Amino acid sequence: MSDSAYKKMWENLNLDIEAHDGLLEVLGKFYGDIYMSQEGRIKGMEYLDFVLSEVHGLRIKELMDAKKSGRKIIGTFCVFVPEELSLAVDAIQVGLCAGADAGTEAAETVVPRNTCALIKSFIGFKMAKICPYTEACDLIIGETTCDGKKKAYEAFGEMAPMHIMEVPQRKEESDRALWKSEVLRLKDELEKITGKTITAASLKNGIKIANDKRRALQRLNKLRTAKPTPISGRDVLLINQVSFYDDPIRFTQSINALCDQIDERIAKSEGIVAENTPRLMLSGCPMAVPNWKLPYIIESSGAVVVAEESCIGTRNSRDLVDESCETVEEMIDAICDRYMKIDCACFTPNNERMDNIKELAEQADVDGVIHYSLMFCQPYTHEAFKVEKTLASENIPMLSIETDYSMEDVEQLKTRVEAFVEMIS
Amino acid sequence: MIAGIDIGSRSMELVLLDGDDTNGETNNEIVLERRLPTTFDPASQLKIILDGIAPEIISATGYGRKLVTEELYGVPTVSLTEIKAYALGVSHLFPEARTILDIGGQDTKAISLMKNGKVAKFEMNDRCAAGTGKFLEHLATVFQIPIEGFGSYALEGDEPLMINSMCTVFAETEATSLMAQGKNPRDIALGLHGSIVRRTTNMLHRVGLNEPLVFAGGVANNPCVISMLTDALKISPSVPERPDMVGALGAALHGKSVLKIC
Repeated sequence: MSDSAYKKMWENLNLDIEAHDGLLEVLGKFYGDIYMSQEGRIKGMEYLDFVLSEVHGLRIKELMDAKKSGRKIIGTFCVFVPEELSLAVDAIQVGLCAGADAGTEAAETVVPRNTCALIKSFIGFKMAKICPYTEACDLIIGETTCDGKKKAYEAFGEMAPMHIMEVPQRKEESDRALWKSEVLRLKDELEKITGKTITAASLKNGIKIANDKRRALQRLNKLRTAKPTPISGRDVLLINQVSFYDDPIRFTQSINALCDQIDERIAKSEGIVAENTPRLMLSGCPMAVPNWKLPYIIESSGAVVVAEESCIGTRNSRDLVDESCETVEEMIDAICDRYMKIDCACFTPNNERMDNIKELAEQADVDGVIHYSLMFCQPYTHEAFKVEKTLASENIPMLSIETDYSMEDVEQLKTRVEAFVEMIS
Repeated sequence: MIAGIDIGSRSMELVLLDGDDTNGETNNEIVLERRLPTTFDPASQLKIILDGIAPEIISATGYGRKLVTEELYGVPTVSLTEIKAYALGVSHLFPEARTILDIGGQDTKAISLMKNGKVAKFEMNDRCAAGTGKFLEHLATVFQIPIEGFGSYALEGDEPLMINSMCTVFAETEATSLMAQGKNPRDIALGLHGSIVRRTTNMLHRVGLNEPLVFAGGVANNPCVISMLTDALKISPSVPERPDMVGALGAALHGKSVLKIC
């Protein structure tokens, strides 16, 4: 992973080489402990292992080569930024959310201490100069999903080129109209920086690529609900994480190939764990690479995760854009409709999230739900109460966890998760 | 013989059950109880606490439950969380119990039980030892009073002074500034106990406080916490004779059930 051949590239991206080496070392060790220690994994996961081992190497080289050929790199922090538009101007969209404590002290000089770990992390990564993705971006799209992010982008905007989209907070007609105007404003901005015009053909192609990726993830999410579950929750989380920065066409092919192998495994009734292993859903805040703390604790406590109700999970792949439209105008409307279905906790009242959780719990036949909120994440911490109530009405037990990226609470978390698993066993 | 052992942050307890049901009757006679401080070398303390006994199985709970392994002790071992261990131990002593409050050295747990004694819901403090035995132990040192006598000392106070902070360090600051104002130290001590009780009652209400309530764990030895809890909840909790042994007892009962399946 710390291939010296990439050193020149990292230097050109103005990374702090020493700090970056340190990050890769920790990431490699963490990955080894949490992922490579698993037994009986599906062969197709080797692709994910490779992608992760080259996360700051080969993939960055691809991005730099694409830049040389005139393509633009668009960074995002949220599933609200329509990848269809970036694809339609032949740009590459990458997710920049970070899942590790790095540069926290520096971040706390520009955002308050009681800001969630995800925000501190992307700012910390930028200020510590250890994220080649952020450095490779020609434009970074922020969005107003929560106050923490909204205000953090003001500080981040002083360090990187940004465009902010306003995400509405309700789902009335007027909100839909606002959202459409924001989608059109993004379209103008993308056309401006790439010098390309979005045509019906290019947008149709963009929609197709993004939908294909979602369809592959939907297929995976359906297959994993088999009994016994054929794939670990950690591995599916990793696949969801990688979906945010890998080449979408290659990713889709690889995941479909992996799903073919899962089909074979299901036919033979082979599971990654015994059939009577308690099945859990993880619900709540997104878990960005390398935030594998809670899934690892859960799967080391005698349970298995069979659903992720989060942005780095089903929230990102559940809905497709209507592919039957022919004009750019119609397609923009179809995109707006699809994105307005996102059940992010930034909306009020957001009751559709409760319906979606109930449906997913039933499909995946879970024995319990662990709700995960990042500390200081108001929207999701609030909704934890509603989710618990909703699940209680279905007799599904829920454990609410509030944590961050640090390791100081691992022992306490283990006790709580193990006790929850004992309770539902 | 079945050994149940509760390896907590401050102390470890051992309960040895006879467990021999061969004559047709359930035999859960406790043949031995031991208690030792955990210290920073729990592995050595474990050797001492298990010295001279030859159980068929060791069942471990508490913070250090994973320290007990078959390789080390040459007998089968199992582990369970304190939550399940307290549920088993309390249900054994008080079959009617529906809610458990366990305040230990570093954790506070509120557990609601189903009618059959199984855990229905639980709450636990997450990362900070605020409002636990450690909190009392630290503040007793500030008052230069042995921890065993801190509760009775506080009960001599008349008017509990408001201590707002749950954090041990900040609570100490509050206590010292009240001392500097010349307040009665017994009233301050009463206030400190009150702050634990406030935190605890919130936790109990979150799991749904059904009666009867059993108060266990080391802090249940403190008469002031019991008295203030009774006032605050308008419920008088049942307290086991040896409240700090309940986890080890629950572990032993779990060990017995595992042994029966094998």
